[in-house]
Amino acid sequence: MDSIAITKTQLDGDRMIINMGPSHPVTHGTLRIVLELQGEIITHATPEIGYLHRGVEKLGENLSYQQFIPLTDRLNYTSSMMNNVGYTMAVEKMLGISIPRRAEQIRILVSELARIADHIICLGINAVDIGAFTAFLYLFRQRETVYDLFEMAAGQRLHTSFTRVGGLFRDLPPEFIPLCEQFLKDAPKAIDELEKLLTKNPIWHDRTKGVGALSVEEAINWGYSGPCLRACGLAHDLRVKQPYLGYDQYEFDIPVGTSGDVFDRYLVRVEEMRQSLRIIRQVIKTLESGPIIIDDYKIALPPKEKVYTRMESLIHHFKLIMHGMEMPVGEVYSSTEAANGELGFYIVSDGGKNPYRIRVRPPCLPIFSSFETKVKGRLIADAVAELGSMNVIAGELDR
Amino acid sequence: MSILDTLLKNHPTSILDSYRFRGDQTAVIAPASLMPVVDSLASQDFHFLVDVTAVDWFGKTEHQTRFEVVYHWLNLGSQERLRVKVRLQENEYLPSLAIRFKTADWYEREVYDMFGIHFEGHPNLTRLLTWSDFPGHPLRKDFPLDGGDPFCMSDSTSPFTH
Amino acid sequence: MSELSLNDAVVTTRLDSVVNWARKNSLWPMPFGTACCAIEFMSVMASKYDMSRFGAEAMRFSPRQSDMMLVLGTVTNKMAPVLRTIYAQMAEPKWVISVGVCASSGGMYRTYATLQGIDRIIPVDVYVPGCPPRPESMIYGVIKLQEKIEKESLSMRKDHVRRFYESLDRQEQIQNDQGLTGQQTIQNMLRQAAKDKVASIF
Ligand code: SF4
Repeated sequence: MDSIAITKTQLDGDRMIINMGPSHPVTHGTLRIVLELQGEIITHATPEIGYLHRGVEKLGENLSYQQFIPLTDRLNYTSSMMNNVGYTMAVEKMLGISIPRRAEQIRILVSELARIADHIICLGINAVDIGAFTAFLYLFRQRETVYDLFEMAAGQRLHTSFTRVGGLFRDLPPEFIPLCEQFLKDAPKAIDELEKLLTKNPIWHDRTKGVGALSVEEAINWGYSGPCLRACGLAHDLRVKQPYLGYDQYEFDIPVGTSGDVFDRYLVRVEEMRQSLRIIRQVIKTLESGPIIIDDYKIALPPKEKVYTRMESLIHHFKLIMHGMEMPVGEVYSSTEAANGELGFYIVSDGGKNPYRIRVRPPCLPIFSSFETKVKGRLIADAVAELGSMNVIAGELDR
Repeated sequence: MSILDTLLKNHPTSILDSYRFRGDQTAVIAPASLMPVVDSLASQDFHFLVDVTAVDWFGKTEHQTRFEVVYHWLNLGSQERLRVKVRLQENEYLPSLAIRFKTADWYEREVYDMFGIHFEGHPNLTRLLTWSDFPGHPLRKDFPLDGGDPFCMSDSTSPFTH
Repeated sequence: MSELSLNDAVVTTRLDSVVNWARKNSLWPMPFGTACCAIEFMSVMASKYDMSRFGAEAMRFSPRQSDMMLVLGTVTNKMAPVLRTIYAQMAEPKWVISVGVCASSGGMYRTYATLQGIDRIIPVDVYVPGCPPRPESMIYGVIKLQEKIEKESLSMRKDHVRRFYESLDRQEQIQNDQGLTGQQTIQNMLRQAAKDKVASIF
């Protein structure tokens, strides 16, 4: 304690205001933080957001339910699959339908792959900001494999738009499972390598331990969810607590931390990647065959061969494209456990073709709103570590 | 007993309407009853304010009030969820929850920015996503999608096609 | 003295081509990454695609040290004045590649919040389509820019630059006179441009 006090007085200098962002390498995109410093100590940090506010919610009111799916990709663009799944689940809840088991399983499979990719980016970039470049390179090889898998399944590396209301837009190609199995073999090695580089590294400890620590009560008050909440010590995971898509049929653990600091969040994320691999392994083993989308042509498009050969299917196709689905009047809130935390979609329907109101509950907005309290009185270097480990994705923060 | 039933029992007069749809429970209240309802939610272990947002019913005659501010609550113990909707007119104020729930701070700023709804007692009610002299509130239904941006028009109305 | 007697010691050429030859082969990129396209750009710089093979290796995050700005991702109206400032800060000669449909035309975001193409506020040299463009297309965009630089005339460049800085002065004046934010100033200037039936504010 004494040594810290001495450094603090030594570092005490003149008051200074610096402007971090909106175009700053550490803010990864479009955040702006105005820091007020006393020497090296932060006395105020005012975040300003909205530099990537693209009007998605307003746009959603002017698009049909199916047309909104591509916009969900661009919310959290590091794990688009999970946004696709979360959104279509909300629409399915509104319609009150359930989807074929194979579609559910594939949704879990791609969601967990996306979770791994998201955690890789978060950890890799956090490490780069703190000064550990090697981990980034080690992990990014695995991330490329995940993107190859997504490209195979959906035809796009980043913006997948893979799900449809009622299921998926196509089945997995035959080469998918072998590559996925190869990934299951390689990924644990990469995670071990990462841990070898960082987990016992004294520099990493110095930079991350105790930074941004938070109690569970505080975290709940701030609206934390996901890895950041679990790092504080509360085992809250929607996949377990409010199981959806049949997550309860798979065995996996929820890693929790103790203090909620950057180091704990790092450990939680690393362990979550392992647990995701465990889920993927079980899904592949139990993958059922069968349809991947419901065959209610008032909700899902009929297969192309039928559209070209049968009059009735052609009419269904036309009706669905031109008039949209028949939605009940009402409102639903549906949430899933995305990589960052609780991703919620609140949809209000007035029975029309387009949603009357569509709201995205971004997991990182409440987390980022606590930024000032967490870095106040700390060194400017801690702010960098804290920002990286909050995993703020501007696309979903500003929408 | 579900939380909705508890609320109906404890606040028989302040709950204007209540319904269940696809497993979601909703209670509709007037602005004056927000604080008492929040108090009794807190006593029932609803500590997690998941989301605050609003809906604009502009031009819908079946709704007597223009706005609805929507709160989503979660009980982390029983995992029960509740939606509380507050009906309010265009010039009505709502008490701010930002002091008790820090997460409400930015959510309320966002609702203010997007809908122009005021929260009384908010420590810093400024725009969150748009800039400070932005004209209008984008998520109101009478705000056009393109915001009057001449470059945003459809091709037939654009000044650059002939 | 005849040229022949100098042998290989001297090459004669036009000023334009020797300057452009040097410029095109040492582009220093500055990524102005705002959204998803920036995530894809990481792959362009990493080992598999590796943009350094095309003479654009020294990535700088500071506008002062770079001469090729890659605008990666959606530029919103709130970001517009920032983009203009950063472009103005870059040292001449400077070029801009607009990567992705969002930067080029607003893309799928035809809304109040998104700038409908960065060429409304800064000069753009190359557009790369795609949402996001594949790493190969981004590299192709850089090659196209090199071709363009090769053919450029130095005197035309001057004119081009002068026009931009004039518009920047105009922006500053409106901003100070009317006490607006930078964002609102640019909005007003865009509206005026539309009235005058011109496609940009510079
Ligand atoms: S063009 Fe597509 S990928 Fe690029 S920023 Fe826009 S939405 Fe994202």
